Amino acid sequence: MEILIQIVVPLASVVVLLMLGFTIGRTRERRHFADLEHREATNSKFLVTNLKTVPPGMQPQTATLVLGATVIASDYLKTFLSGFRMIFGGEMKSYSSMIERARREARLRMIESARAAGAMAVINIRFETSNVSGTTGRNAAPMSEVLCYGTALLPSGH
Amino acid sequence: MIVVNTETIPGYEIVAVKGLVQGNTIRAKHLGRDITASLKNLVGGELTQYTELLTESRRQAVERMIQQAQELGADAIVNVRFTTSSIAAGAAELYAYGTAVTTVGSTATPSAGSFSPPPATPRSTGGPGSVPPPPPSVD
Repeated sequence: MEILIQIVVPLASVVVLLMLGFTIGRTRERRHFADLEHREATNSKFLVTNLKTVPPGMQPQTATLVLGATVIASDYLKTFLSGFRMIFGGEMKSYSSMIERARREARLRMIESARAAGAMAVINIRFETSNVSGTTGRNAAPMSEVLCYGTALLPSGH
Repeated sequence: MIVVNTETIPGYEIVAVKGLVQGNTIRAKHLGRDITASLKNLVGGELTQYTELLTESRRQAVERMIQQAQELGADAIVNVRFTTSSIAAGAAELYAYGTAVTTVGSTATPSAGSFSPPPATPRSTGGPGSVPPPPPSVD
């Protein structure tokens, strides 16, 4: 009986956490992707480039640095599934979608702050990704920060 | 202080390079935040508090960099780069660096393709009691 409890209780909690990760995690991810697509559509006319020079035809008076950042965590299901992926190798699709979300979000935040400052374009953008979970090993829960920064071209003094 | 991550500043000309300036900060995670973060690790998604923490720390690093540039007598920083690194479990370093420079006036006031310097006459001939000029349209 005691052995049964020792096995069933941890197993049940793992199943509950997996369900939680699956239901809430998936819903939130889908909602976030829908939100990203909507915001990308509204900003699609705004020029963002990683070229270092001012695009032809633009005459900015000054420029300023703009930043966008986000920290994202994976859900329990993804962390769990990645354990299997570690055995067989190959693309970790669950983590690629996580990083993709973070990167698009960071880029959009940078664009939105540039537009709020009245910029005409953002040039020389750079992406930077870093692991901020600070832990390694089996229990490491992936947490990543994505930073996007660039130079916003302004039509007049800010 | 103009801060950009391009090698030149649109609308300005760099006349002197003052040297490398840098700013860093190391932030430890807050315990309360760590608890909410571990809960977030179950359902995934953005860790808003960490985003705010890192954004705030990065601003501090940039401010330290700007302070160094001011001490050098620079009026702009070009080619700014950021790096983040995990120093220890629960601590992250945010580092910003760039080149401090001094710039001269706006080159983006073209006067029919000539290289004439900008007009020397000040905009307001501010005699006593004269009406000050309207402030330049900001924002």
